[in-house]
Amino acid sequence: MSPEKNNKLEICIKSDPAALGEVRRKIDDFVARVGLGDEEAGEIVLSMDEALTNVIRHAYEGRTDRPIEISLIDDGETICVEIRDYGIQVPVGKIHSRDLGDVRPGGLGVHIMHECMDCVKFLPQKNGGTLLVMKKCVKRHMGNK
Amino acid sequence: MSGVIKQTDWQDKTVLVVVGGDIDMHTSAELQKGFQEILKNKPERIIVNLTAVPYMDSSGVASLVKLLSTSRKSKIDLRLFGLSKRVKAVFDITRLTTVFNICNTQEEAMG
Repeated sequence: MSPEKNNKLEICIKSDPAALGEVRRKIDDFVARVGLGDEEAGEIVLSMDEALTNVIRHAYEGRTDRPIEISLIDDGETICVEIRDYGIQVPVGKIHSRDLGDVRPGGLGVHIMHECMDCVKFLPQKNGGTLLVMKKCVKRHMGNK
Repeated sequence: MSGVIKQTDWQDKTVLVVVGGDIDMHTSAELQKGFQEILKNKPERIIVNLTAVPYMDSSGVASLVKLLSTSRKSKIDLRLFGLSKRVKAVFDITRLTTVFNICNTQEEAMG
């Protein structure tokens, strides 16, 4: 499921919610290996989980057999996350969070992604689907890398 | 009993609900179903123990928001305790920390 180098993790999964736990564990292992602290690690894991949930729910409308490609790259200063799907393209202008003051279920995923990451870009692809790029500037724990 | 609801202890009209495992898109529906079963027994107070929940995303939060909404309508006192650092972070990020009654300990929640 995941060819990986020291500074890169690649994972391909089917759009099955049952796969999310294993993906989170792999991301957690990766961010720990590159020396991130628990808070930053948690934010990266959470934002990726929210992004994958949105792909399954909206791009693939709950179908569990569609491909999702995930990559994380550590360039030394930034963790760059890419999530590629081949599902329905949601117009970028329609991707937004709800008003947090309106307490009701749902609509929090995009807010979480923006809060946890420094850059979040949804890039519709010409050959179908969407590439989501998220970046986070990170601090290192001395001696971990 | 629902898979992520590990235990329910009733004391009169108070129910202590022990939730366990990751609560995400895969498991949040189970949690919601479990809460619906509990609500059928008309509790006056629901105390949710999240000590054994290492991870929760917005799907899990949504299940708790639904429970909160029902609780408010039915005048049920809903309290949470045992939030791990990561679970607490989700509540902080979504600004729900002040919306829920989050207690530090089981004693405080039961008090």
